Amino acid sequence: MLKNKALTRLTFLGALIAWLVLLFSDVTILLSSMQGVQPDVPLWLPRVMLCAYIISLFYYYKFRIELDDSLNFTDLLWKVFASGLITTVVSLVFRLTLYLGSKALATNLVFIDFVYQINLALLINFLLAALASWKRLILYQKSKWLIRTWAVFEVSLFAILIYSSGGIVLSETVSNTFNILIAILVLALSANMRWVAYLNFKQKWTSLLLLLLTFFYLTYFFITIEDLTKSLDEGAMVYLNYHNQLVVIVLMSFIVTYGIFSFLVILFNLPTSSVFEQKLEEVVNYQRISQSIQTEQDEESVYNILLESTVSSVFADAAWLDITGANNVRKMYTYRVTEGESRSICEHLENHHVKGILDSGSEKTKNLSKHLASMKGSRFRSLLAFPIVVKEQNIGTLALLKELPDGFNKEMTRIVSTFANQAGISIENFRLMEEAFQNERYKEELKIAKTVQQSLLPSKLEQDDSFEVAAFSASADEVGGDYYDTSRINAHTVALIIADVSGKGTTAAFHMSQMKGIFHSLAQSHLDPKEFMQRANQALVYCLERGSFISASYFIIDTKEKKIAYARAGHCPVLYHKNGDPQAIYLKDKGAALGMIRSKDYCNFIEKNEIKYAAGDTMVLYTDGITEAKSSKGEEFGNERLADALNEKIGSSAKEIEDNIIKRLYDFSGSTSLNDDYTLMTVKFRG
Amino acid sequence: MVSIKRLQEAGADIIAVIGEIDASSSIELDLAIAKSVGEGFKKILVDCHALEYISSAGLGVFMSYIEELREKRIQMVLFGLKEKVANTFDILGLADLLHIRENKSEALKLANELSV
Repeated sequence: MLKNKALTRLTFLGALIAWLVLLFSDVTILLSSMQGVQPDVPLWLPRVMLCAYIISLFYYYKFRIELDDSLNFTDLLWKVFASGLITTVVSLVFRLTLYLGSKALATNLVFIDFVYQINLALLINFLLAALASWKRLILYQKSKWLIRTWAVFEVSLFAILIYSSGGIVLSETVSNTFNILIAILVLALSANMRWVAYLNFKQKWTSLLLLLLTFFYLTYFFITIEDLTKSLDEGAMVYLNYHNQLVVIVLMSFIVTYGIFSFLVILFNLPTSSVFEQKLEEVVNYQRISQSIQTEQDEESVYNILLESTVSSVFADAAWLDITGANNVRKMYTYRVTEGESRSICEHLENHHVKGILDSGSEKTKNLSKHLASMKGSRFRSLLAFPIVVKEQNIGTLALLKELPDGFNKEMTRIVSTFANQAGISIENFRLMEEAFQNERYKEELKIAKTVQQSLLPSKLEQDDSFEVAAFSASADEVGGDYYDTSRINAHTVALIIADVSGKGTTAAFHMSQMKGIFHSLAQSHLDPKEFMQRANQALVYCLERGSFISASYFIIDTKEKKIAYARAGHCPVLYHKNGDPQAIYLKDKGAALGMIRSKDYCNFIEKNEIKYAAGDTMVLYTDGITEAKSSKGEEFGNERLADALNEKIGSSAKEIEDNIIKRLYDFSGSTSLNDDYTLMTVKFRG
Repeated sequence: MVSIKRLQEAGADIIAVIGEIDASSSIELDLAIAKSVGEGFKKILVDCHALEYISSAGLGVFMSYIEELREKRIQMVLFGLKEKVANTFDILGLADLLHIRENKSEALKLANELSV
């Protein structure tokens, strides 16, 4: 930036020095020629100095205008205008002195030459300022071709400058060809007017005015300088005539040509500028709808934005939006129309059997104006209706109204359909996000339920010298309802339970906790198993909803009498191995699950069983998740494989037996992911 | 997945259950039975020939109707249960609560006897 500033100053200084040398050398030459003596300075000096002046000033404006990004179109025109203003004022001051001064001064060729040089310098200054500005405007939307053309133009200008300064005389054909080439370049460059389209109405007016004033300056300068040239031509012999410096002529014609082109294009664009502004507003509105989702607004604000933006885009007099929301609630948003009015229009259309749009049954936009014509008492004469589609489902209708007949054209229809579609997408995204949140919440809930379920299982199991217990429980991703527990009743009696709550999720965990409460309170009363089940059933009838039940097996192990009393309420049969027998067996008995029979009749569906046990006997309790575990082929683990897994390790400890069963189970299912809960409780009697 | 078909025969509503009934598909079974009850059938037969698997939730559906059916004097008989499915009913003790027969004619016969 600093470098830029320094360069600007340097070029300006260069231009100033070049001009001063030019002025003095030219005046000297003029004086010498008037007195008929050889001048002290070479004749070529003014020409070369003019060339240096032009180049320095060209770079000065390059740095001032071309590289200043902060300028917009009107600023550029303003710069041209401002430099024109300054130069004109300065020029006028000299003109005034020329007129008001003494006669001698007015006819003094030296003074006239002085004024002439000043005017020429100012004109060149103005032309170069305009050139830099025009370049910015022409290259506003660059293409490779355009940049090349401009480069060729600049090089040509430079070439003319050098050859004019050098005083080389070319043959007529060569200079003519060159002139035609320059003319073509000027015309080709002048055709680039894209910047005009980006001006708004007010800016266009400003630009027109600025351009007009620019023309005025140019005309003024041209006349002044021609006048001065004439007076100099009459008297002087040798001086620097600007006609010899072709660049000035070329520049002037370029500035004027492009100026006229711009002026005309802006003038003809004036009536359509409102359309461009309208389009811009549409884009902004469209963006508002698309972005409404990101700014955490709700569906309602999407509807309101849709209503507002469509109304302003097609200049509708009124509108309504009839939407069936996510929770199936129908809601009407209106704009400058009462709900009653819109409903009466809907009714009118319905009565005239206009199907398919206002009843949300259509998928296409419809212009319903002709049906409205037959409606009496309505101020509206045009109606356009659009469906709002979310997830391929029509959720509502946007209707736009106008008081004029035939107020909507195809273009408007297209614009509003785009809006309606975008609104549909925004709402869909909205609902998807809502769903995702809901899912997340559900997952969180499951996590809590799982923690609760885990905490309901005992951390320590009752066992003593007479028997040992091992237990294993693993649950699938969903929360299951497997439960097992032990409770010591007295020194030689321990209660055991294994249960499976029907269903999954939070309710299963909830029922499991009820079962735990029932087990711990009833076990202490030392009830016999049948009585336990009856009371548990009675209690659960008030807790379980219709269709839910709990399967359970309840055991009382009496280590003094070496017997097991148990009742099975719909739970998987017990796998029992008697020490010395070759095979383990499933104990067959009957019993209905808890909660199935909700009356006192339950006692008829449950029975108490009793077996004696001996040292070395094994009892395996499990839930149906184990026997129903599937292999990759879809086969079930089944009772036989379970019995085999026990038989393999028959002499081992409870823990070893359990490990073997689990290992066999996982090998069989072939994966570590569970599709149900696995619960296993192994009891080994020692005697 | 489950597919449920209903057809009427000899004054009885026959509900054919095809596929597997788990927690989510049990709702369909529930709807089918509710419909049948709502339409006023006094004899409902459930054809389980093509029932491959039933979860505890599915059993819960049958269970939940036991009392309502008794009150409305509607006879429901299941028939054609595969061994595995029958075993599930048996373990839970539902075999004693529900009427279960081998085939359709036996089931119809039982339903007729019970409605008298």
